[in-house]
Amino acid sequence: MTKRLFGSILFVFAHTCLEGTLKSLIVSTRLVLVLSAILYAAFANPADAPPDPSKSEIWIKVRDLLFQGRAIDESANEIITLEAPVRAEDAATVPISIKAQIPQSSQKYVQTIYLIIDRNPSPIAAEFHLTPDSGRADIDTRVRIEEYSYVRAIAEMSDGKLYMAMRYVKASGGCSAPAGKDQEAALARLGKMKFRLDNEAQLNHPNLAQLMISHPNNSGLQMDQLTRLYIPARFVKKIDVTYNGTLILSADVDFSISENPSFRFYFTPREPGDLKAEVVDSNDLKFNSYIHVEPGVAGAGS
Amino acid sequence: MLFPPLRIFLCLPLAFAAGAVLAEEFTVSEIAPGIYVHTGAQQESSPQNLGDIANIGFIVGDKCVAVIDTGGSIVIGRKLRQAILNTTRLPICYIINTHVHPDHIFGNAAFKEDHPVFIGHYKLPAAMAARGSNYLHALQRDVGPATQGSEIILPTLTVKGDLELDLGNRRLVLKAWRTAHTDNDLTVFDEKTQTLWLADLLFTGHIPVVDGSLKGWLSVLDELQGTKAQHIIPGHGQPDPSWPQALQAESDYLNDLLNEVRQAIKRRQTIQQAVDTVGLSQRDRWLLFDSFHRRNVTAAYSELEWED
Repeated sequence: MTKRLFGSILFVFAHTCLEGTLKSLIVSTRLVLVLSAILYAAFANPADAPPDPSKSEIWIKVRDLLFQGRAIDESANEIITLEAPVRAEDAATVPISIKAQIPQSSQKYVQTIYLIIDRNPSPIAAEFHLTPDSGRADIDTRVRIEEYSYVRAIAEMSDGKLYMAMRYVKASGGCSAPAGKDQEAALARLGKMKFRLDNEAQLNHPNLAQLMISHPNNSGLQMDQLTRLYIPARFVKKIDVTYNGTLILSADVDFSISENPSFRFYFTPREPGDLKAEVVDSNDLKFNSYIHVEPGVAGAGS
Repeated sequence: MLFPPLRIFLCLPLAFAAGAVLAEEFTVSEIAPGIYVHTGAQQESSPQNLGDIANIGFIVGDKCVAVIDTGGSIVIGRKLRQAILNTTRLPICYIINTHVHPDHIFGNAAFKEDHPVFIGHYKLPAAMAARGSNYLHALQRDVGPATQGSEIILPTLTVKGDLELDLGNRRLVLKAWRTAHTDNDLTVFDEKTQTLWLADLLFTGHIPVVDGSLKGWLSVLDELQGTKAQHIIPGHGQPDPSWPQALQAESDYLNDLLNEVRQAIKRRQTIQQAVDTVGLSQRDRWLLFDSFHRRNVTAAYSELEWED
């Protein structure tokens, strides 16, 4: 729903991004110069210092859209932290680690984590919905970053309170970076999943699971290496993980997530059973995998 | 914050001053008869060095001149062109780009008036198309307005397999490699002096940068190990190192990276944990380690995590 509302902003950004890229390739040298000068003037940051995070225009729009003026606690270290490299040289693969500082209990738990990348063509990179059965509201993933930008994780608690952690990340060109070296091989592998537990399963404790999906997660901003045409957007949009039918993690994501999306998260099993993942991409193709969980066994998906 | 146009205006004299200093320092040395190399600074591109960070140069035959890489901005390309004019009256017939990286191609525009044939790997046009606008943007942002006029110029002749060029009593053999440092690496071999221009397939001093395939690069290094040559030009670092011993340090670094990242994946470490722990024992052996090593680990991890 919020995504749909945000569509128009996304369109304007994607359009500007596309148009700029196309033009700079086909117009005359002089125009390239003009465009470059405009880009430089628009993006250069003389002191190389991060800008004021509260004055980010995109953030103000996203905040109004998602939270409608509700208070957001920005000194949230005791609830949520966000780890991201200060300078990510590979802008197409920027590791992001969100860590909750409190356990998920039915009295108080992190209900949703919003991952926002202010200056990406689509700033709302992901919404992770969690439950008390998630055990810990930690999420590890990798994102694309198009421009030097604040990355924000906002935790919405079960009591409705909002907490935000943020980092300024210097990286650029991640969304329009060329897709993997071998697009053909990537398409042949599309939908293959790796789903596994990091350790032997333990009942009544948070267990760490990793879900990897082989998918180009095309942003629609990348150019096909042979035809020089833009590759249509095609990306993983929805991930649902359940344990014996109970929701563990439901994620709405988009092409801000890196190629071959990878997620680490926790779940707390109360009895042996099956951890199931269902993944849907923007072409409505579905991919499934599950892990049979037995105490003392390091499960791997099938 | 300054009003943007004013900022550009104020920056210009500074940039020109930096350029003037460089002009005095721009030198080429003849490392073998007819083989001229300019050694780039072992730095990242900056407003001070104007992108003069890669080894670039030219080869003079009886008929004409082939330029191999043109530097990281049009300013450096112009200096290289002036160095050629100071050396020979022969025309410049070929501009060879060894791969897509900006420090090797952004001087191309300085040679437009010579109407040379621009030559690159058959995958170079696609790489230039995919990355060109980002590279231009980064050049303006990181090196500054003095680089205006730098352009992406696509090759007019591409190489798949081998290509021979005749500069007049001087034959060059160009070879397009499988994915290694990038997916568009091209080397140049001068038969007369047995000079192998490896460009960024070989880094000495400057830490190697993985932007293609770690496994592919290691296999290319294996093949190069058995290649005979009297002179070697690396893309970064002192020209004419001893051969093939010069391959050892790079091959050690890349092998360590391969083994340690594989172990990290096996131990279920995250990409960030791998970045924080892998390959740190190599830190003292390389220049610019802190600028590129973490990126290398990220690239290696993404390549290796799907290998089984």
